[in-house]
Amino acid sequence: MSVTEDDVRRIARLARISEPSDRLAALTGELNGILDWIEQLNEVDVEGVEPMTTPVRFPLPQREDVVTDGGIRDKILINAPSSEEGFFVVPKSVE
Amino acid sequence: MTDFLTLSLADITAKLKAREISATEVAMAALDAAEASQGALNAFTSFDHGKTLTMAKASDDRLAKGEGGLIEGAPIAVKDLFAVDGVPTTACSHILDGFKPPYESTVTSKLWAEGGVFLGKTNMDEFAMGSSNETSFYGNVINPWRAKGSEAKLTPGGSSGGSAAAVAANLCFGATGTDTGGSIRQPAAFTGTVGVKATYGRASRWGAVAFASSLDHPGPFAKTVKDAAILMQAMSGHDPKESTSLPLDVPDFVTAAAASVKGKKIGVPKEYRMDGMPAEIETLWQQGVDWLKAAGCEIVDVSLPHTKYALPTYYIINPAEASSNLARYDGMRYGLRVEGQDLTETYEKTRGEGFGHEVQRRILMGTYVLSAGYYDAYYLKALKVRRRILEDFDQAFEQCDALLTPSTPSAAFELGSISADPISMYLNDIFTVTANIAGVPAMSVPAGLDASGLPLGLQVITPALDEATMFSVGAALEDAAGFKNRPEKWW
Repeated sequence: MSVTEDDVRRIARLARISEPSDRLAALTGELNGILDWIEQLNEVDVEGVEPMTTPVRFPLPQREDVVTDGGIRDKILINAPSSEEGFFVVPKSVE
Repeated sequence: MTDFLTLSLADITAKLKAREISATEVAMAALDAAEASQGALNAFTSFDHGKTLTMAKASDDRLAKGEGGLIEGAPIAVKDLFAVDGVPTTACSHILDGFKPPYESTVTSKLWAEGGVFLGKTNMDEFAMGSSNETSFYGNVINPWRAKGSEAKLTPGGSSGGSAAAVAANLCFGATGTDTGGSIRQPAAFTGTVGVKATYGRASRWGAVAFASSLDHPGPFAKTVKDAAILMQAMSGHDPKESTSLPLDVPDFVTAAAASVKGKKIGVPKEYRMDGMPAEIETLWQQGVDWLKAAGCEIVDVSLPHTKYALPTYYIINPAEASSNLARYDGMRYGLRVEGQDLTETYEKTRGEGFGHEVQRRILMGTYVLSAGYYDAYYLKALKVRRRILEDFDQAFEQCDALLTPSTPSAAFELGSISADPISMYLNDIFTVTANIAGVPAMSVPAGLDASGLPLGLQVITPALDEATMFSVGAALEDAAGFKNRPEKWW
């Protein structure tokens, strides 16, 4: 499989990255190079193989469902690019 | 006067404990050396004198009372991926400009609880995506090693290039790193230092900037195998804040590092003998086999048949997880915001300007392999091959206690020499990436110099939870190699 410049534009849109117009051709070439290279996985017989989502092979505990933290509004806002009166300030998102 | 900076972690902590020297003196000398090296090596991204000296003073107070932890009073450098309370933590990305976490990562909390003194944040590839430290927003790190008769600037490796350079140049007594595909072991090999990642889940990822969560392993850089065992010991342990943290007791790695390897079975995987591998690496590998044989080990040939599929598998899973993890950088709650006409354009501009080329490439790749119509062909397929690779290790470890391989397919290369081609760069991790895919412990030990005088490393891989054998085999290689070389100071 390979991607076209239009595909890359669409993927960038999905990833919310501004269109890399000056690098579009180069980027398309790079992604296709990588896609070609990973094609070799088709040689592997994976019939009946369970997908592996984690290397952990031990039962992991669940902690008690209780509040362990909180009341730190100012700490949470300390790195905000914009905040007012204890809230994040973000661009208008509802017309 | 500051010769003590060349001591190992074990030796400096002994001197500190005996009160032959104070933690404050050591911290000031390390700060001076680190800052003086910046123009040449660029290993650090920030310092905080107040914090360093306050922590050193607190160490001195504990030492005066005869108290103190495993690494009491030793200055430790921290990869810029780990949150340190109140200190800029940017993952060397423009998108995290100005971010100062009001919290501390678990790994650094544990190091400070054992008496470590924060020295500074170290440079790295942006979001740990790279093998040469050339993708950092703060510029390249320069390897303190140079080839004989050359002044060419070499890569320290990546992504944890700053931590590796800082340890190699004797600017600190240990450093933290993270290893997602080789980001501790490859720079360790390139700088003549020891680099370790333990079993997945031994050291908590909480408070480390997330890259590819099922592959990320925090671990140390150290001057010796014993030092690495001490640091790994300090960093490990169950963390209720991290869902994949192993709820198991941490064995005594330091004692393990001193144990005999007599009778251990060492597997030599034939698939790691690559076409076009430099003869010097082949020779060093054979030397390693001979050293372990002489130490009483039995050598067995083993096969890991899916080895060649490890990197392509990795370059599906890694970008997929990265694209999900990096979705959080939207310019709303922290870091850079570049205003656009509306919310969507603000997201797009922030991410377009905030992320560098390699990071964008991975996010796009990850978005693609997870998108409707491609998920099964790429992502799901990769997860299945991942299990095949894990099964290879399971079968190999039925025949042996540890695997011995080279750490890297070459010595440190010149900055700029391969950064134009992503796949050539990815191939740097060919020997290291399998251990991340399987989540098994692995370390790189400096074992010799190539003809141009640059360090080369050997890698030891053991079954999950058996770091003890890894440290003992690593120590046996270190003893046999007698590697005492440090780069000649030119910076």
